[in-house]
Amino acid sequence: MDKNFKQQLMSYMAGNFTCQQIAALITDYLEGSLTLSQRVRFQMHMGLCFACRNYLRQMKYTVATLGQLPSEPVPAHVKEELMKRFRTWKQEQSSRNASLDS
Amino acid sequence: MSFCVWPWPSQLFISLGVPTLQEAIQLDEAELVKALQRGDEQVFATVMDWYSGSLLRLAMSFVPSRAVAEEVVQETWMGVLEGIGRFEGRSSFKTWLFRILTNRAKTRGTRERRYEPFGLAGADADGDEGPSLEDSLFVAEGSGKGHWLDPPQGWEPDTPERALLSKECRMAIEQAIGELPENQRQVITLRDVEGVSAEEVCNILSISETNQRVLLHRARTKVRRVLDPYVRGDNRS
Repeated sequence: MDKNFKQQLMSYMAGNFTCQQIAALITDYLEGSLTLSQRVRFQMHMGLCFACRNYLRQMKYTVATLGQLPSEPVPAHVKEELMKRFRTWKQEQSSRNASLDS
Repeated sequence: MSFCVWPWPSQLFISLGVPTLQEAIQLDEAELVKALQRGDEQVFATVMDWYSGSLLRLAMSFVPSRAVAEEVVQETWMGVLEGIGRFEGRSSFKTWLFRILTNRAKTRGTRERRYEPFGLAGADADGDEGPSLEDSLFVAEGSGKGHWLDPPQGWEPDTPERALLSKECRMAIEQAIGELPENQRQVITLRDVEGVSAEEVCNILSISETNQRVLLHRARTKVRRVLDPYVRGDNRS
């Protein structure tokens, strides 16, 4: 399809959103915070624009990738130190409870 | 012959008192909190194992070094022990944990001259000083204004798994997150890496919903750009 014709068609049929506006609205769309009218226009554009559909998919995969990042390794000495502090805390708790009871 | 199934299986579960997944998580959490209040060492060790990695990642978005972040994580767990007796379950345990960490990390970050509260960081509310990265992807002038300069390619459905298999790509993502402005880094870490809901992120960081979305959008846009060459195949190791 002729590129100029396609662009004109898009601007008239696709709710008058440009691809740039669509890209700016993607997070609002994914977060469900577009108004009804914006959502309809967004989806109209998506229905006609292959590039924006790809971009939306890329953003979804980016989010999914971030969600699967392995967690930061915590060094063993930090954990050991924490367990030591936990035992101290527990002893203090028990002695405090004992003094309250007596 | 009409075929009618009633009650639906889900209704049957409700009537039999089988908890939904959400209820099951809440039930488990209540048990977990009670065990921590009792001072159960094994439960503390398990919970610490589960969450310390997430806490460390979040702490690193506030303070300048890993060593300081590790100290913040330790202080957070001490805060948990001090406060567990007063925990009422108004938020999830994880949100409560992240809020304690955020408060401690802000204090430490200020002391280490790294953390500056939202709106005072010398940048806009979105954490960027220059024009949006996104603008460079589009035709700026003429009849094609607002259209893609280089239309995005399709990514395969196994993108996340494939991207994370490559150590180089994983490091590039970590580096991209590390280089984000501080407030963007905190939002994307909580929201996308840790999977905290938008409402809870606003609550933890004391920011508005609109600000949260703007920060998240900018951060995601930058991470997407870093990811693109790896999953396109140009730079795959």
